Order: sequence, then structure tokens, then C-alpha cells
Amino acid sequence: MTMSATKQELIDKLRRDLLGWEGFRPLPPEERQSFGLGPIENAFPNQMFPTGALHEFISTRPEFTAAIGGFIAGIMQTLLEKGGVCVWVSYTRRIYPPALKRFGVDPDRIIFIDVVREKDVLWVTEEALKCSGIAAVICETRLLSLLESRRLQLAIEQSQVTGFILRKDVRQLNNTACTARWTVKPLRSKPRPGMPGVGHPRWQVELLKVRNGQPGSWTLEWKNNAFLHPQKDQVQQPDINRRYA
Amino acid sequence: MPKRFVSIWFRYLLTDREAIRLKSLRELPVAFTEQDHGRMLVMAMNGHAENCGVKPGMAAADARVIAPGIQLFECKAGRNIKLLTGLAEWCLRYTPLVMVDPPDGLLLDVTGCTHLKGGETEFLKDIVNRLRALGYTIRPGMADTIGCAWAVARCAESGLLVPPGGQRNALMPLPPAALRLGVELVIKLRELGFYQVGSFIHLPKSVLKRRFGGNMVLRLYQALGQEAEFLLPLKEPVPYSERVSLLEPIRTREVIETTVYALIDQLCKRLYAEGLGLRSAILTYLRIDGKSGQLTIGTNHPSQRTDHIFKLFALQFDQVAPGLGIEAFILDAAKTEPASDKQNLLWNGKPTADSEEIAELLDNVGARVGKDHIHRYLPQEHHWPERAAGNTTDLTQTPESAWPEDRIRPVQLLEPPEPIEAMALTPDYAPRQFVYRHERHIIVTADGPERISHEWWLEDGGYRDYYVAEDEEGMRYWLFGTPNDLPGQTRRWFIHGYFP
Repeated sequence: MTMSATKQELIDKLRRDLLGWEGFRPLPPEERQSFGLGPIENAFPNQMFPTGALHEFISTRPEFTAAIGGFIAGIMQTLLEKGGVCVWVSYTRRIYPPALKRFGVDPDRIIFIDVVREKDVLWVTEEALKCSGIAAVICETRLLSLLESRRLQLAIEQSQVTGFILRKDVRQLNNTACTARWTVKPLRSKPRPGMPGVGHPRWQVELLKVRNGQPGSWTLEWKNNAFLHPQKDQVQQPDINRRYA
Repeated sequence: MPKRFVSIWFRYLLTDREAIRLKSLRELPVAFTEQDHGRMLVMAMNGHAENCGVKPGMAAADARVIAPGIQLFECKAGRNIKLLTGLAEWCLRYTPLVMVDPPDGLLLDVTGCTHLKGGETEFLKDIVNRLRALGYTIRPGMADTIGCAWAVARCAESGLLVPPGGQRNALMPLPPAALRLGVELVIKLRELGFYQVGSFIHLPKSVLKRRFGGNMVLRLYQALGQEAEFLLPLKEPVPYSERVSLLEPIRTREVIETTVYALIDQLCKRLYAEGLGLRSAILTYLRIDGKSGQLTIGTNHPSQRTDHIFKLFALQFDQVAPGLGIEAFILDAAKTEPASDKQNLLWNGKPTADSEEIAELLDNVGARVGKDHIHRYLPQEHHWPERAAGNTTDLTQTPESAWPEDRIRPVQLLEPPEPIEAMALTPDYAPRQFVYRHERHIIVTADGPERISHEWWLEDGGYRDYYVAEDEEGMRYWLFGTPNDLPGQTRRWFIHGYFP
């Protein structure tokens, strides 16, 4: 009996250590930031949205890119609360800065770097990720190989900057070293009570891959400068028994 | 402000220099010779030799006869220019605008400088006394024009200081050679009996031009101040400059990197000691075959960190073509700024060190992809969507007004808007469906119209009626229609953006 108890403890301890070695460090409660993502945060190890990690967003249509832009801006709002700036690297940028104000981000706190050559995007991203004074780096790119993503991941492990890779026009998905792989798709909005027309932005957020966590799919709404989970019954609970590497 | 110029004539430039080096030469006749068709000719001499009758162009052997004990030196070509350049740099203490005036003079633009020495007379006295203390015999002239100052410095018996507007009177008694004319023209004027400028100064311009050519008229009128003449200042020396000369020419990248790093380190230490930071720098490399090249960097904030500046240069090392080898590097700090006020301006609420880090990051990125590609956006007081965000490359600028929150704007904006085929059932209402890129979108719900007019004070054009439209699949679009309220106008539809 005692044997098995110690074994269990050992295994738990090993699991925690493994998480730590992979870059997920449990933060003390006072340093923990809530992104208002609710159940989505539970899908990650330590029940928190991993900052200082690489998040990959897959987009196949410009409509999805817009939705991803909104979702990232919503997360950026929390990241920017502590001050600092964001760097947005792209080579074909269509983001419209004034729109970000709706997601609580002051557009003047973002530095847009619009490179001419596609291959410079990742170079600039890596340089930016090495710079620990930056709150977040958003990189719009089409291609990201395993090798390139590992380079970015290594840069992040030093600096603890949060990186978002927005992959547009993805034809084929490949393996990357990113911590999480997301898709965000727009959903039909619910009309505001007593109001005609288009309601608050509503998305289907899918976590396709997450390291040491549970992938899942959630409906999310952006309302009054915060994420909101619509009625509980609409939320598809993640399948806890399935584990992805 | 009327201009004032000083011309300094170094009467015995080469011999004075030699006498400064060898004190024993002061009391002896000294002359410089140069080779001319196998003969040695005198080309410069000092006062003692002149008193003995030695003249420029005389054979060295003749000079030896008429001036016993004369010391003859061979003159290297270009020596006078070198000496004058050194003296011009020395003269920068009087005015920043100094020009070398070959073969034996300097020109100074002293407009607004003379009061610093207590007046024009004292100014000239100061120049004469200090240069005499150095060992040079000079004659200065001051006038409103370069030509007149040049003339009085070399030819006037007295009155070296020409009062403002007094050029004509000052030039009258001078010989024609005072006008900087060619030897042939001077001889011609003398043959015609023009011994003084005053004897032809009153002749009409056309007559002078026909007889003596346009150059003579130009010189005369420049001296009088009726034709413009400019002074080309000597390259202003950069206050912070470091150079390294190598014993052996270098070629490999490693050695170049080590050398440049050491050079930058020297400069940074100097700047650090004086509380300055580098904003832009030029690295010049001189190759042994006489060619040279330059690398230029700029930083976003005053930096004195060797590693950072080296990194910026290192990004450009691919462009260095060492050829047979590089023998010297010169690093000029083209622009420096006080580095004491750390970048507090960059976005409040962030520790200083971080802002510096960001500025360094942007330096690196700017060096690779170009500074023009780094943007920030500030709110502008414009309704027209394309103008609502002002582009700035300045990283310290803060918004003058708040970002508007009352209007909903798309996250992705198409620039320019793309035409769509849309079908609206009723005028002034959102379309029921539209086709964009061969895809049909059925619109379920829409908000609008939001009419945005062209800002007529900036640009002509009609208004746009914007609609936020959501299709069956939940995709949200920003559509607009062109005006349709005039007879004969049909509404055309465009897609302008995507909502999240």
C-alpha cells in the first residue's frame, strides 16, 4: 500500500517536472493572468493560458483571418495590461488598426513591420521574440516548417514572449513545434435583445492541438470588451479521455 | 545681413613652414625649386631671398649666384594644398566656413563672427598675431566680397579692411592683377596702359566683354559685389571620429570583425565619457588599391553600447568587398545626442531598459528590411476609412486624440475596395445577396447604412453607404454602395473589409 502511494507520488512529481521542462511553469497565483477565456483555459496544463509560448492559428479564408485577428486582439488586451508593446510582422497586411480599439487594444501600441520579402518575416519574428521587452509578437506568414518553428520556440524559451503565428492560406498542415494550434471561425451572431441587425462577434474556437492538454471546441462571443461564453448548453465539452501528444 | 569675407594671403607659405621646422633657416635666404624640363627652377622663396633679387621662375643656379648661401629645397607637388588644409582647419576657430584658396591663401566667411573678437580691426589683428606667433607671414584683407578681400590682401598698400560697400573705392588704385585674372590678360592690360583697375572700371560692360572676354567682366563684377560668388567650405570635421590603420592589409571576415569591434569600442568609450550616444555612424574602409567603401547605420535612440552598434554594422558586412586587403578603417559619428535621458518617451508604464531593448530591436530590423517598413498608426480626425489612421515612423509620438470607439470597423480592410455583384431588393437597403470571387453569399442580416462622405476639403467625390452584412454561414462583411440619388446613377457595390 505504502509502496503504491509513493509510486503514485513519484509519478505525479515526474509529470509536474516534465511539464516544467517543457516550458509550462506554474505561476504563483498573484502572477496569474486571466484572459477571460473560461473553459478554454482549462484545456491547458496548469489550467492557464500559456504565455511565453508559441500559438499557431490556421486560416484558410480571409473571413477566418479577420476572426483570428479579433480573437488575438482580445488576448492581447490582457497581455498589454502590464504595459509594453506588440510587434505585428507581416508581408501582406490587411489589418485595419482602428478596428483593434474595439478589442481593447490601443492601435498606437502596436508596431507594424511590413517586410517586402516573405522570407524576412520569420527572421524579423525571431529577432522580435528574442526581445523580452515585448508583450506579444504576431507573425502573419504562410509557411512555417518544423525547423523554423523550433527556432522560434527556442527564442521564446529565453525571453518568455508570447508569440502568435497567423498562417494564412494554408494548403497542407505540417508538424510544428508550437504549443497550441487553433482555428477561429465566425459564427452567426445572436441579435442583441430588442435590436435588429448584426450582433456581437461570435466565433467557433477550436483547439486542434495542444501540448499536454485537451483539444476541444468552444463557442465564444466578444461583448463589452471581454470574452463571453454563451449559454452553457451550447458549449461542447472537450473529450477528457482523448489525449493528444 | 551683408556678408563679410576675409582673405588670408600666406606670402611665404612653404618657406615659413620650413623655417618653423628648422629655426636656423629664419635668417637665411630660402627657396623651393621644382624640376622643369631638366632644369631646376625657383618656385617659392622667402623674404631674404626676395630682397636679394630671387624671383619665381628663375633657374636655381642663378639664384645661387645672386643670393650667396641660399638654401634650396625641392618642392613636392601638392604640398601647399596640404599645408593650407591644415591651416584651414586651424582657422575653424574663427568661423565654421573656411575654404582653401590655392595656391597660397584661405578664404573665411566671417559674417557675424567679428564681434566675438571685439570688432573687425581686432579680428584681423588677432588673426595676424596668432599666425605670426605660429611663424607665418600673412596679409589679410576684409571686404564685402570674396574678390575684393582677395585683392586688398595681395595688392593694397594700406586699407586692408574695406568698410561695407567700399569695394569700388578700394579697387580703384589696385593693379589689374588684383582681379584674379590670367597672366596673359594682365600683360595685355598693362600693354594697353591700364595700370590701375580705376582706369577701366567705368567702361561699359559690353566693351570690356568684347575686348577682354567674359571672365574678366565676371571677376570685376564679383569683386564689386554685383555677381554672386560662393564659398565652398572645407569639409567640417566630425567631432567624434576614430580611425585605425593596419600594419598588414586584412581580408578575412573574422579579422575585419575584430578590428571593427575594437574601433567601435573606442568610439563608444569616448561617447560614454561625455554622456553622448550614437544616432548615426559611417564606417569607411580604405583598401590598399586606393578604393574605399562605406557602411552607414542609424539607431532609434542614442546608443553607446558596442555590442549593439557592432551588430548593426555586422548585418552589412556582406557588402564589404576587401579586394586585395583593407588597410584602414575610419568610423565617424555622424550624429550624436545626449544619452542621459533614457527612452522614457516610449510608451509610459514600461521599465526603461525594455524600451531601449525595443529601440535596439527596431534598429536591427530596420537595418535588414528598411526603416520605411516599420509603421505605427495614430488616430486622425478623419471619417473616411482610408484616412482614419495616420502612419508614422516616429516611435515616440503619442496620439493627439483618442481612438474612436463609436463606429464599428472591420479588422481586415481591403485596399482598394473590390467590386462585387450585389442585388438589393429596395433602394437604400442592404443587398440580399452578393457574388464575390465567384462565391455567392446570401445575406441574412445587416446593419446600416452608415453614410460616409468624402472630405470635400481634401478630395472630390461622392459618399459611400456602408453596411455591416452577415451571411448564412456567419461571415461578416463590410459592404458599401456608391451614390444612386441622382437621375441616371446606378448604385455599384464594393466589399471593403471583413469583420471578426
